[in-house]
Amino acid sequence: MLVQLTLNGKVIKEDVDTDLTLYTFLRNHGCYSIKCGCETTNCGLCTVIMNGKPVLSCAVLTVRADGARIETLEGLQEEAAEFGAFIANQGADQCGFCNPGFIMNALAMFREYEDPTEEQIREYLAGNLCRCTGYEGQTRAMKAFLAQRREKRMAREEEGGAGKSKTAEEYAAAGKSAEKEADQL
Amino acid sequence: MMKSTDDLKYVNKKLPKLDSMALVTGKPVYLDDVAPKDCLIVKVLRSPHASAVIESISTDKAKLVPGIEAVYTWEDVPQQRFTMAGQTWPEPSPYDRLILDRRVRYVGDPVAIVAGETEKAVDKALKLIKVSYKVEEPVLDFRRAKDNPILVHPEDSWKSLCPVGADNKRNLCACDECSDGDVDAVMADCDVVVEGTYHTKANQQAMMETFRTYCTMDAYGRLNVVSSTQIVFHVRRIISNALGIPKSKIRVTKPRIGGGFGAKQSVVAEVFPAFVTWKTGKPSKMIFSRREAQIASSPRHEMEVTVKIGASKDGTIRAIDMYTLSNTGAYGEHGPTTVGLSGHKSIPLYGRNAEAFRFRYDVVYTNVMSAGAYRGYGATQGVFALESLVSELADKLGMDPTVIREKNMLMEGSHMPAYYNEPNDSCALDRCMARAKEMIGWDSRERVKDMGNGKVRSLGVAMAMQGSCISNVDVGSATIKLNDDGLFTLMIGSADMGTGCDTILAQIAAEVLQCPYDHIMVLAADTDASPYDAGSYASSTTFVTGKAVEQAAEQVVDNILENAAVWLGVTDGAEREGLRYEGNRVYDPVNGKEITLAEIAAKSMAMPHHTIEATVSNCSPTSPPPFMTGIVEIEVDKETGSVEILNYVAVVDCGTPINRNLARVQVEGGIGQGIGMALYEDVQYSTGGRLYNNSLMQYKIPTRQDIHDIHVEFESSYEDRGPFGAKSIGEIVINTPSPALNNAIAGVTGCYFHELPITPEKILMAIREKEKQ
Repeated sequence: MLVQLTLNGKVIKEDVDTDLTLYTFLRNHGCYSIKCGCETTNCGLCTVIMNGKPVLSCAVLTVRADGARIETLEGLQEEAAEFGAFIANQGADQCGFCNPGFIMNALAMFREYEDPTEEQIREYLAGNLCRCTGYEGQTRAMKAFLAQRREKRMAREEEGGAGKSKTAEEYAAAGKSAEKEADQL
Repeated sequence: MMKSTDDLKYVNKKLPKLDSMALVTGKPVYLDDVAPKDCLIVKVLRSPHASAVIESISTDKAKLVPGIEAVYTWEDVPQQRFTMAGQTWPEPSPYDRLILDRRVRYVGDPVAIVAGETEKAVDKALKLIKVSYKVEEPVLDFRRAKDNPILVHPEDSWKSLCPVGADNKRNLCACDECSDGDVDAVMADCDVVVEGTYHTKANQQAMMETFRTYCTMDAYGRLNVVSSTQIVFHVRRIISNALGIPKSKIRVTKPRIGGGFGAKQSVVAEVFPAFVTWKTGKPSKMIFSRREAQIASSPRHEMEVTVKIGASKDGTIRAIDMYTLSNTGAYGEHGPTTVGLSGHKSIPLYGRNAEAFRFRYDVVYTNVMSAGAYRGYGATQGVFALESLVSELADKLGMDPTVIREKNMLMEGSHMPAYYNEPNDSCALDRCMARAKEMIGWDSRERVKDMGNGKVRSLGVAMAMQGSCISNVDVGSATIKLNDDGLFTLMIGSADMGTGCDTILAQIAAEVLQCPYDHIMVLAADTDASPYDAGSYASSTTFVTGKAVEQAAEQVVDNILENAAVWLGVTDGAEREGLRYEGNRVYDPVNGKEITLAEIAAKSMAMPHHTIEATVSNCSPTSPPPFMTGIVEIEVDKETGSVEILNYVAVVDCGTPINRNLARVQVEGGIGQGIGMALYEDVQYSTGGRLYNNSLMQYKIPTRQDIHDIHVEFESSYEDRGPFGAKSIGEIVINTPSPALNNAIAGVTGCYFHELPITPEKILMAIREKEKQ
């Protein structure tokens, strides 16, 4: 069946098998950040954003994504580096295999909620399994990231203008300075 | 003697992993991301029977499926047996495997290998293989396996290389006993004797990346194996044994690994694509599905540990007698060795006043999935049993469970008869206990408190130990060389499986070489390029390989000074001794002359006989144990039996933590896995031996709603044999949750559970039982 979708801003038109999952389709198109950890929609490793909502790509047929706008970590490198630096500064990246799915869902959450509570974080990300960290380092990273975002927002509101965008290196440095704060959380 | 680590620049610090930005931005660094796109897809047909002999097998129709390259059966594979356990030669695990065997020994045992161009073709071919089985009665109950007339391995080609007490005609993979003092006499003299039997299941490591391997042939006609493995050198030997080809024909490397926890200390997927590529000459890959990873892999050994403790009325523990029955399943991987830890790494915890101990064990074959190595490696099972019983003893004597531990715990400077007679030179277990009690406020609160809303809060405690290597067996090596831009390459054979050992070892090198840790480029785990390393297991990488890195770096510094002396024209012995290595230069305080590291590096490349490189191999005669105390606070719902963990405090003595962030996350992650083992992760079989828990839907590992509020601190001792005083941390961290939770739950139910996991159903039934009485 012929499908047309937008992957990280690029239009793809392709004739696909009707049983082809979006997970396989996206990996076939070079989106190797997407991983499979379970095949039973329990692990969250294959999370991508479809039309603004996080979905498990292993449970979506490519034909159902016809006309959709798909975002993967490959298309969100700056955001990934910005938030990822906070994870790295906790040592919570660990084996890294669950990171892309977790980060995709976290980025979706950061878009959906201005300032999620810890309970909201746990509930939103309950479907993102991690076997290395016991989740605590990830939580510290999210709290530190949100604290910094809050500060930046307040600073912007005081200045009454938008701040300039940062490079990945600057984000990494910023993450490091927030490390101390995160430790106390 | 405690040494200060305050003046260190890179060790004992919180530094991000060198590969972290690649991991958090989703770069293609894992096996299936880097495997050639034209790999043949390899899958295996698996046995539906727990015990059967293949009478006939027809592959004709399967081979006709378009795109199918090859179908192999037991008739096509080499007939010499081997083990898939990644262990140092001579391997303690028996040679009891073939790549494909005519006899299948568990539901899931491989029957045929199919290789084809697409997954669809392979799946279709698998369905078209016709097998006629002569089904036999299996041995499924490990309590009835020893000396059962039904044999799991009746074949004469079965072989045991080491004297581990194995006998295939008795279904025995290993047996032994050891003791110190007269246990029976001391027990007879004790005021109190308690006894209990504790059953733990064959838990899955459930690392997020399942088993996977790809293989290619190189220009020299050699088999290149790229695998998600902890043990490249052992994989090379095992494939050599399995395929019957020389080791020199095989190269094994690894990419980034998506978690291991011991699962990848056995060969699981490797032999199948290796066989396909060797036979066809074509690249191939095998990616385990989660279902396969659950039913046909290398989980924890199911164990039943019977412990007896003899004590005085005042709580002095005088004797410990332990018998462990371990279930190795259909094959013997890690069977003879895991069992030892159940006693050797639990009994010494109570060595202070003990007059005698005895430890006996049997390891039996059964017709279920074979076991392997899983974080804790037997110690976890033994610690659960012993620590639960010590808490039961405390309750019986009306003692505080922390006080009985303080009274009997192992102290620094003591000798450990149950721990291979090794000395206990570095131990802060007493400080770990004191700090954990302080953190949770143990002395100022009620241990059990009814909240009046149908919920009860309760506290539980446990201690644990592990090792830091296998004494006199594990070997770790490091090669460090200076490159022409003044940066260093560190070559190691150990495998970073997410633990961060590439970074940790770079930190150790940077500390000695006085350079930023990202000036150390790590090349790891390539059998062609790396100096020999047993692999990353037994908690040994930081302790064993780390020490090799420290020593290699020291040799490189000496080497740099030697060359600098030549180029600075220093000939006087005293002046030569006074030369200072300062990281970016060598300085001569006598005349103020200097030569930069970049100059030294360039010269060492340009001139003959000046290569700056050192290789050091390390092996430790002792395995200094790390120690830990864990205290958990739970809330039990009396209506449902569900347990919520409100607080988990953990204080660890891992010696000097090389990277404080990574060490902390090891603790949190290990506790998370331990909680899963204690409360959720069940392993259940049908009457025919089929495993029910074959997905992450059926096998519940903890989510972030189950685990939170883990508070970790370190109380470090200083271990002279480790790099900068370090011991280990990787495994010990999984050992306290089961016994600590058992202790806490007993506060609510009034009884201790003797089988894991402790599910809400079991708790509820115990509460109802208590209410009846």
